[in-house]
Amino acid sequence: MSALSDILQGERVGRHRPWPRLIVTPQTWRAVADELAAGRAALLGLWGDAGAVATVHMAITDASAGDIAVVSLACVDGTFPSVGAVHPPAIRFERAVHSLYGFVPVGAPDARPWLDLGFWDVQFPLGARQPAPAERPAYAFLPVEGESLHQIPVGPVHAGIIEPGHFRFTAGGETIVRLEQRLGYVHKGIDSLMTGATIERAAKLAARTSGDSTVAYGIAFARAVEAALDGEAPPRAQHIRGLMAELERLANHFGDIGAICNDASFAIMHAHCGILRELVLRAAGACFGHRLMMDRVVPGGVACDLTPDGANLIRKTLHDASQRFAGLIELYDNTASLQDRTAGTGIVSADLARQFAAPGYVGRASGRSFDARKSPAYPPYDRLDFSVPVLTAGDVNARVWVRIREVEQSIALIGQILDSLPDGPIANLLAGGGGSGEGLALVEGFRGDVLAWLRLEDMRVARCHLRDPSWLQWPLLEAAIEGNIVADFPLCNKSFNCSYSGHDL
Amino acid sequence: MRRTLLESFTHGPLTETAPSPGDAALAELAASVDRAARRRLGRSLAIREVDAGSCNGCELEIHALNNAFYDLERFGLRFVASPRHADVLLVTGPVTKNMRQALERTYRATPDPKWVVALGDCAFDGGIFSESYAVTGGVSQVVPVDLHIRGCPPSPVEILKGLIALLEAQKS
Repeated sequence: MSALSDILQGERVGRHRPWPRLIVTPQTWRAVADELAAGRAALLGLWGDAGAVATVHMAITDASAGDIAVVSLACVDGTFPSVGAVHPPAIRFERAVHSLYGFVPVGAPDARPWLDLGFWDVQFPLGARQPAPAERPAYAFLPVEGESLHQIPVGPVHAGIIEPGHFRFTAGGETIVRLEQRLGYVHKGIDSLMTGATIERAAKLAARTSGDSTVAYGIAFARAVEAALDGEAPPRAQHIRGLMAELERLANHFGDIGAICNDASFAIMHAHCGILRELVLRAAGACFGHRLMMDRVVPGGVACDLTPDGANLIRKTLHDASQRFAGLIELYDNTASLQDRTAGTGIVSADLARQFAAPGYVGRASGRSFDARKSPAYPPYDRLDFSVPVLTAGDVNARVWVRIREVEQSIALIGQILDSLPDGPIANLLAGGGGSGEGLALVEGFRGDVLAWLRLEDMRVARCHLRDPSWLQWPLLEAAIEGNIVADFPLCNKSFNCSYSGHDL
Repeated sequence: MRRTLLESFTHGPLTETAPSPGDAALAELAASVDRAARRRLGRSLAIREVDAGSCNGCELEIHALNNAFYDLERFGLRFVASPRHADVLLVTGPVTKNMRQALERTYRATPDPKWVVALGDCAFDGGIFSESYAVTGGVSQVVPVDLHIRGCPPSPVEILKGLIALLEAQKS
């Protein structure tokens, strides 16, 4: 981390792999926050830890060097200097740290709870757990001022087969002047269930953090465990993981492209993309015994092998799908009434995408080229040839086109993976480091980079934090919708397709 | 678009033969479904889906029921946007404490007669999340359940079997 190395002074933790973790002073913590604010580094995540010493951790990356580091600060008196005070992307992370642990970010611009909606029996469930107070103040939504404004509260139960969350719209006529999100409805307490769990059980929890990204979470968790125990999956397993990850990306992108068009009332794309999605899921089910490939990635490798028949089925399925898809791309491209809805709608500026280190297609539609498969890169992608599509318009249309181009790349990647599939075992036994250590992994799911950080003690999880890409995308949706009409919200929302479950944990 | 539409005429339909109703589901429903209510609703059911804390895996497979292969609407089953229009609440997830009130309100907003189908292993008893401070531990902890469809997530065919059993239970 060349640009940051002067600032990053601290005691390096010995058993943290593959990137360094440094225990820093409040001064260094503030200096890192200033680097984030100045755009010389990007925030990957910020989470609490109630281990032997109450601590907050922050994962950062130096965009130019592709280097990653974790900085940790002991919370003396249960407080830490707020990063959100100078770098807004940290605000929700800090609110969640306070709600879950009780650690107070000093100087934070927003002290309202996050994830804790006032329904739990306990307060600070992961920190100094105490019974929740009987009377809790009503949540204060941000004030709005001005003539002729009206509010539309939506959710948590939405009008469709969608995850729950609350959206508070303030509109002047048809135009949205502010959207405020309130999330946490699907908070299941995954972080607390992880603590003390066996690696096997923790892997199952990780695979159920966000069902649409179960493979990505599986790989992220497995890679973090492998890093902590200084082991790795055998080459054949790495390839099968890549294959499953690309199948997951294809299934989700097909579904999303169709669903975005459906939200612009163009149902024929939805029907045809639904067929493509189903074909991919059926191939996955036939090859790996589970349509979503849940629990097929395990720490040390994969749980099931790919047969030659399975490989042929995947080749045939993708051959058919790419022929059908070519016609659908043409249909999307040639339908002016559909483009009229998607082009120029819900724009995310390049500056915001950079500031929030916007993961996935949200970033790549707004000029941010980051893709964890390229940098920091991990097997099997370090040996495969593919490109990362980047557009600059930042609108719904750009997010559709990034997905279209990624579909093409994924189909080509799967061809390469099947052509170069090595022979050998599909899992290694992990027993390094005496069963203890710390690991970090960054894995590119269909939605963006999933971060997994954990500390193992005697082959059990002492602490594990999974950061969904949605944490850094949800706030951008609030910005993207401003000035658009209320009727375009479903379209914008679907083009982001943020995860509620992955965010709420 | 014209070409895409014309091709639909020349290619056969993708929709597959309906599975027979699940035996386990029929047995559970025989005990729970009120006969008078069955007669009033006939063979058509409106379903309101409520995610009460699922990982979204169940929702993905519920969505699949609407695709050309499963074509749920041919059975007279359709998803509606409001609980006011629903006969069936299809509930997923371990019911987080943060969703409990919303589920109770949705249940109360659904007119009688109504049925509740709990979908997925989490909805059955909280599943892998049952030990958490943040979940209630299954749909039946919060509202009365008429039918459980197990699985993590259940495949579209398994969901269809359960829902067809619900229709069959009304006919008999």
